[in-house]
Amino acid sequence: MRVYLDHAATTPCDTEVIKAMEPYWQVKFGNPSSPHRLGGEAEEAIEQARAQVASLIGAESGEIIFTGSGTASDNLAIKGVAFKWQKRGRHIVTTQIEHPAVLESCRWLEKQNFKVTYLPVDEWGVVQVSDVAQVIREDTILVSIMHGNNEVGSIQPIEQISQLTSERGIYLHVDAVQTGGSIPINVKTLGADLLSLSAHKLYGPKGVGALYLKKGGTLDPWLHGGQQENRWRASTQNVPGIVGFGRAAELVCERIVEDSDRLLILRDKLRDGLLNRIPDIRINGHLTERLPSNVNVSVAGVEGEGMVLHLDAAGIMCSTGSACSAHNLQPSHVLMAMGIRHEIAHGSLRFTLGRSTTEEEIDYVLEVLPAIVEKLRVMSPLVQERVA
Amino acid sequence: MLKYSEKVKDHLMNPRNVGTIENPSGVGSVGNPVCGDIMEMYLKVEEGIIVDAKFRTFGCGAAIATSSMVTELAKGKTIEEAMGITKDVLINELDGLPPVKTHCSVLGIDALQKAIMDFKAKKSA
Ligand code: FES
Repeated sequence: MRVYLDHAATTPCDTEVIKAMEPYWQVKFGNPSSPHRLGGEAEEAIEQARAQVASLIGAESGEIIFTGSGTASDNLAIKGVAFKWQKRGRHIVTTQIEHPAVLESCRWLEKQNFKVTYLPVDEWGVVQVSDVAQVIREDTILVSIMHGNNEVGSIQPIEQISQLTSERGIYLHVDAVQTGGSIPINVKTLGADLLSLSAHKLYGPKGVGALYLKKGGTLDPWLHGGQQENRWRASTQNVPGIVGFGRAAELVCERIVEDSDRLLILRDKLRDGLLNRIPDIRINGHLTERLPSNVNVSVAGVEGEGMVLHLDAAGIMCSTGSACSAHNLQPSHVLMAMGIRHEIAHGSLRFTLGRSTTEEEIDYVLEVLPAIVEKLRVMSPLVQERVA
Repeated sequence: MLKYSEKVKDHLMNPRNVGTIENPSGVGSVGNPVCGDIMEMYLKVEEGIIVDAKFRTFGCGAAIATSSMVTELAKGKTIEEAMGITKDVLINELDGLPPVKTHCSVLGIDALQKAIMDFKAKKSA
């Protein structure tokens, strides 16, 4: 049995998406900037996709900039606003649980003499609105806070935060890479000035992202050398990718309610099943206030990479926040920010469900994982009752 | 994704010599400052020869596989020979390890050497 429970990492392209992209590789291969009919065809396709992506988040077509990825969108938003508005101020507010695309962009800006405040989160992985209010200063130009966290699935109080930023004319950037496609998004209700999306997290192709930039907003472009995307992003557009993104966004609009209702049931079944079948296990993040696709647990006394490899051998694919599986050998910065002890983070497992997830798959995980935990606990010096 | 050799995978899925030894001749316990793991090694020594070795670890897949292999290599060796097991020997025996996982193999060797030292200390006491 092959069970993919790592949809937060990436999702497979929907068949409909592949079908939509197909003509744009070879037949309608034109460069959207070309003056002839092939160029026109490609341009039209991009504009259609722009409308589709815009309607996924309640925006207007003109407010969508296509980029190369969610990371590219985050970089453009953060560095673009920082450089455009540096004369007004050089202070940026973000959180400790952002995606590295945001965190590393901010750290880089610190080297360019910007000041950044990294807000803490509570034990559920949620930032406090009052903390945001407290750290905003005269010279704050940008607040960048993610919509839903990729590791523990916690949803951030963007609507309340946007009241603080809009009153003061501060740009609010929302990294919605993880929520786009998972829960309904409306940029107007959220109050976002900028919002990042990625196609491959919502059953579209890899290598395409979008940045929503509210009408009237402005930033410094990051790539130079062309008039594409209203000059916000020079580069010949990835036409097939963008077309696929558009179709994927359209499909999400059609089925998001049905999808998330179904996933909620499966998520809770997995969560409760794990709690019932494995002793000394805890849920990371909020029990209910989280993405409908996310289950994150910590198994006491066992290291995560060992579990992931054992699960993989049984056909189950998921991820861990263990230091051992990170390239820098640091435990998950998100779990650390939530005040979770190192050895608990060490035993964390993240399952992220998706469209293909079935009840049989959840049953299979619930059958396989307890035995793996048992096996690894026998090996663990931390499980004292096992001492012979 | 990290590429592990078939041998590493085998030792990970079927680790040899897991557990503890009652009345061990020597015990070595080390913590890993790099990623925060813990490793314990138990030895039974008879007439200068390691007749049994067991381990427990709160460590990654590579830590499990390397410590499993260390116990295999140590068994049947004299304590002098066992002191000569280096990380290069160990990594070689496992058909290689991803570079980022080198420190995990050091963990197993450190635990073994500590256990041998513990044995020597006990003997001279
Ligand atoms: S023991 Fe932590 S990376 Fe191997």
